[in-house]
Amino acid sequence: MAPFMDPPPLTSVDTALTAHTTATPALVAPEPEHCPGPESNLAGKDDACAGCPNQAICASAPKGPDPDIPIITQRLAGIKHKILVLSGKGGVGKSTFSTLLAHAFASNSANTVGIMDTDICGPSIPKMMGVEAETIHVTSTGWEPVWVSDNLGVMSVQFMLPNRDDAVIWRGAKKNGLIKRFLMDVEWGSMDYLVVDTPPGTSDEHLSVNSYLKESGVDGAVLVTTPQEVALLDVRKEIDFCKKAGIRILGLVENMSGFVCPKCTHTSEIFRATTGGGRRLAQDMKIPFLGAVPLDSRIGMACDFGESFFDNFPDSPTCKALKEVVKNVGKEMGVKEEDVLGEDMFPHVKTLTASSVSSAKEESPVATPLAQARKVLGNDTLEAQRAVIEVRNDAVKYVDTATTYANYSKDQAVEALTENERLKMKVAKLEREGILEQREFMHTT
Amino acid sequence: MGSRCSAARVLGNPSSISKTRDVRRNATDSDNTQHQILPSRPALRVTAGGRPVTRQNLLQPPQLLVTCAMSLDNVGSIILVLSGKGGVGKSSITTQLALSLSLQGHSVGVLDVDLTGPSIPRFFGIENAKVRQAPEGWVPVPVHEAHALQHSATDGADGTLKDHRHIGALHCMSLGFLLGNRGDAVVWRGPKKTAMVRQFLSDVHWGQLDYLLIDTPPGTSDEHISLVETLLKNAMPGQVAGAVVVTTPQAISISDVKKELNFCKKTGVEVLGVVENMAGFVCPNCAECTNVFSKGGGEIMARDFGVPFLGSLPIDPMFVSLIEEGKRPVYPKGTIVAGKPVEATSNGIPAQHREVQNGSLAEKYTSCSLYPIFDGIVTQLVAKISNT
Repeated sequence: MAPFMDPPPLTSVDTALTAHTTATPALVAPEPEHCPGPESNLAGKDDACAGCPNQAICASAPKGPDPDIPIITQRLAGIKHKILVLSGKGGVGKSTFSTLLAHAFASNSANTVGIMDTDICGPSIPKMMGVEAETIHVTSTGWEPVWVSDNLGVMSVQFMLPNRDDAVIWRGAKKNGLIKRFLMDVEWGSMDYLVVDTPPGTSDEHLSVNSYLKESGVDGAVLVTTPQEVALLDVRKEIDFCKKAGIRILGLVENMSGFVCPKCTHTSEIFRATTGGGRRLAQDMKIPFLGAVPLDSRIGMACDFGESFFDNFPDSPTCKALKEVVKNVGKEMGVKEEDVLGEDMFPHVKTLTASSVSSAKEESPVATPLAQARKVLGNDTLEAQRAVIEVRNDAVKYVDTATTYANYSKDQAVEALTENERLKMKVAKLEREGILEQREFMHTT
Repeated sequence: MGSRCSAARVLGNPSSISKTRDVRRNATDSDNTQHQILPSRPALRVTAGGRPVTRQNLLQPPQLLVTCAMSLDNVGSIILVLSGKGGVGKSSITTQLALSLSLQGHSVGVLDVDLTGPSIPRFFGIENAKVRQAPEGWVPVPVHEAHALQHSATDGADGTLKDHRHIGALHCMSLGFLLGNRGDAVVWRGPKKTAMVRQFLSDVHWGQLDYLLIDTPPGTSDEHISLVETLLKNAMPGQVAGAVVVTTPQAISISDVKKELNFCKKTGVEVLGVVENMAGFVCPNCAECTNVFSKGGGEIMARDFGVPFLGSLPIDPMFVSLIEEGKRPVYPKGTIVAGKPVEATSNGIPAQHREVQNGSLAEKYTSCSLYPIFDGIVTQLVAKISNT
C-alpha cells in the first residue's frame, strides 16, 4: 500500500499553541494517531475521532478556557521577571547557563531568584545546584521550592523521584500535567527573577510552558547554542517556534566557542563555526547577540560538584564573558545594570553541597574537595588541574554515597563507609606527594 | 516467511478510513499548509520503476489498505543508539558506527527518529535529498551504494593494508528529508510523534539490510516509548539486538544516562555497551590532552550497571570539519591516537590522493583518527550480536 505522503492537515498554529489553555477531559484510552487534542475545539468532532473510545468524552467535555490558568497567573503574580532558556539542540549548555544566570542574579542579595526545571526526563538542575538529595516540603499554601541559599530556590522533578536514578518514562500529556502543577502548586512567593530551564526540542513541554505563561507574561527567551552548524540547524527551528508562538527573544548566547589550552594557552575551536556561528545566525534572524562564552573545563567540574562557578573560579576568562552576557540579558529585559549583578560579584555564598545535607555537621568551615584543592593550588597550572580531577573523580563517588547512605540498608551503608575510607587514603596519598597541602581532610559524615 | 499483516488494517479500521478521508479533503483543500508550523507536504518524486502517484491512487477503498505491519522482515539486526542526555554525540556516533559497519562490508540502514531535531541528513551530507516512493513504500535515501574501495586506508584494528575493500550499502531515513524548509519548526504533540515513528518503522522499504541503526532524541519520552513498543511487539525475536548507550564523562551526563539504563532495564532492551564520548581534547598546538568534560565517569557507570564498556572517544575537530566542510582529516606529524602514531601521510593514503576532496564520506572517514577506535567497537558489537 502506498504510504501517506502528506501528514494530514492538523489544526492550525493557534489551536496547537493554545490547546493547553482549555480544560482537559479525563480520557479512558490512549489518544489515536491523528488526535487533534482533547482540549481543542475539534475534539470529538474531527475525522480522526471516529472510532476512538474517548470520542464521547471529548465531544461532551466543556470547551471553555482552562480554569487553572487564572490560578497560575495569580501564583506567578509576585514574580517580576520570567526568563525562558531555550535551545532546539541538546547539550549546548541550557541547564548550565540557567544555573549560572541564576547564580549571577542571586549574587545581588537584594534579588530573590528561582529556577524551574521543566526537563522531566533529564532533570539536571538539582545536581548542578548541589541539592540533589533534597525533597519537596509541602505546606498549607503549596509546595515550597528547595532553597539553595537565602535568595535562590529550585523546583524540579528530581526531588520527587524515589531513587535518584529512576527513569521518568512519561508521555507528553503526563509531562504537561506535572508542569502545570509546578506552576499551580509551588509557592514561589514574591521573586525578582524566575528562570525556566527547558528540555531540548520543540514539543509538549515548550507548548505547555508557553501557553500557561502567556497570560502572566514572560519577559522573553534566551536561546543557547554552540557554534557549529549542526546545533544552529536546530536553533533555527527554535527561533521559528518562538516567532510563531509569540515569545519575545531576548537574544542568542553562543556557548563553548573557543577553548584555551591550559598548557600552551593556544586558542582552538572544538566546535568550529563553519557558517558564521551564533553571531551570524543572530544577524540573519535579526535577534540580539548576547555574547560568546568560551569553553572552560572547570565549568563542568563546578556543575558536577554542585557549586557556583563564579565563586570558585572568578579569574577565568569565561567568567568575564558570562558577566557580560548576564549584563546584556538584563539590558534586554529593561533592568537597571546595577540591579542585575551584586556589587561584590563573588559573595561568600553558603552553598549547601550534597555532602553537607546528610549530617548536621555542615556548619564546619571545611571546604568541599574541589574548593580545598583549588584553594591550595589556586591557579591554572596543569598539575593543579590534574590534582583536582583526581580528587574529584573519587570525591564524586564519595559525595554520592555519603548523601544517600541514610537510606541504605546496613550492608550498603558499610560499603559506602568503606568508600569514604578509600577516599581518605587517596587524599593522604596526594598529600604525601605534595600535591595537596598537608591538612586534615574532614569528611562531613 | 509470511509477511506480517496487521489484522486491524485488513478489516479497515476506522483510523485508516479517516486517513483516506483526510487525504481526500486535503486534495481539495485550498487553504493549504503554508502558514502552519507543520512540516509542509514532503516533496516526493516517482522512482523510475514506481507507480505514478496520483490523487486517485491515494483514495483506495478501505479493503485495499492491506499493509504489512513491519517492513523490517529482511533486516538482520536492529541497534538503537540511546542517551538520556542531549548533546553527548548520539548522531555523531550513529554516523560513525554506520560508516564503520559499512566499511567492514555490511549493508547498513540508519533511521533518525529525532523528530524535532533531525541531524542525520547533515551528518551524511545529503541534506537536500528527497525521499522517493515506490510501490513497496518510501525508499530510504542512499548515502552510498555497495562498491569496492580502491585505495583503502590502513585497517586500524590489525594494521594490515587492504587493497580492495568491499563497502556495504548505506541508506538513511529521517524527518529532515520531509521538511519543506530546513528552518521550519516541527511542533508536534506526543500522539503525532508516536504515529510518525510507527510510520517510519512500517512504511519505509528498507529491503535487505544487515544492520539497522536507530538514532533517537534525548530523554525517555514519546519517541522512545513508541519505538520500543512497536519494535518489541512486531519485530522477530532476536531481531532487536540491543542498544548502544552514549554518554560524556561528567557526572551531570552520567546521572541522566543512568536513567536511560534504567529505561532499558524496564523495557527489556539489552544494553550492548556504553560508549564514552568527548573524553579528552587534544590541543592541536601542543598535543596536550585536556579533559574538558572530566574523565572516567562512563567506565564507572558501566561497571556499576554491569554492562559492557565499549570505548572512550576523544573530541576530534578533524571529524567535525569532515562532516561540516567535507575536508579529509589531516593530522600534524607526531599525533598519537589510541597509542599509535597517526602518519602525516594520512593513514597510508598516497600523497597525491591526500589533496583530493572528492572521495565518498566513507573513504575520507578512514583517514580520521576515530576510525580505528570505531572499527574496534564495531568488531566487538558484531561479534556480540552474532554470538547471541
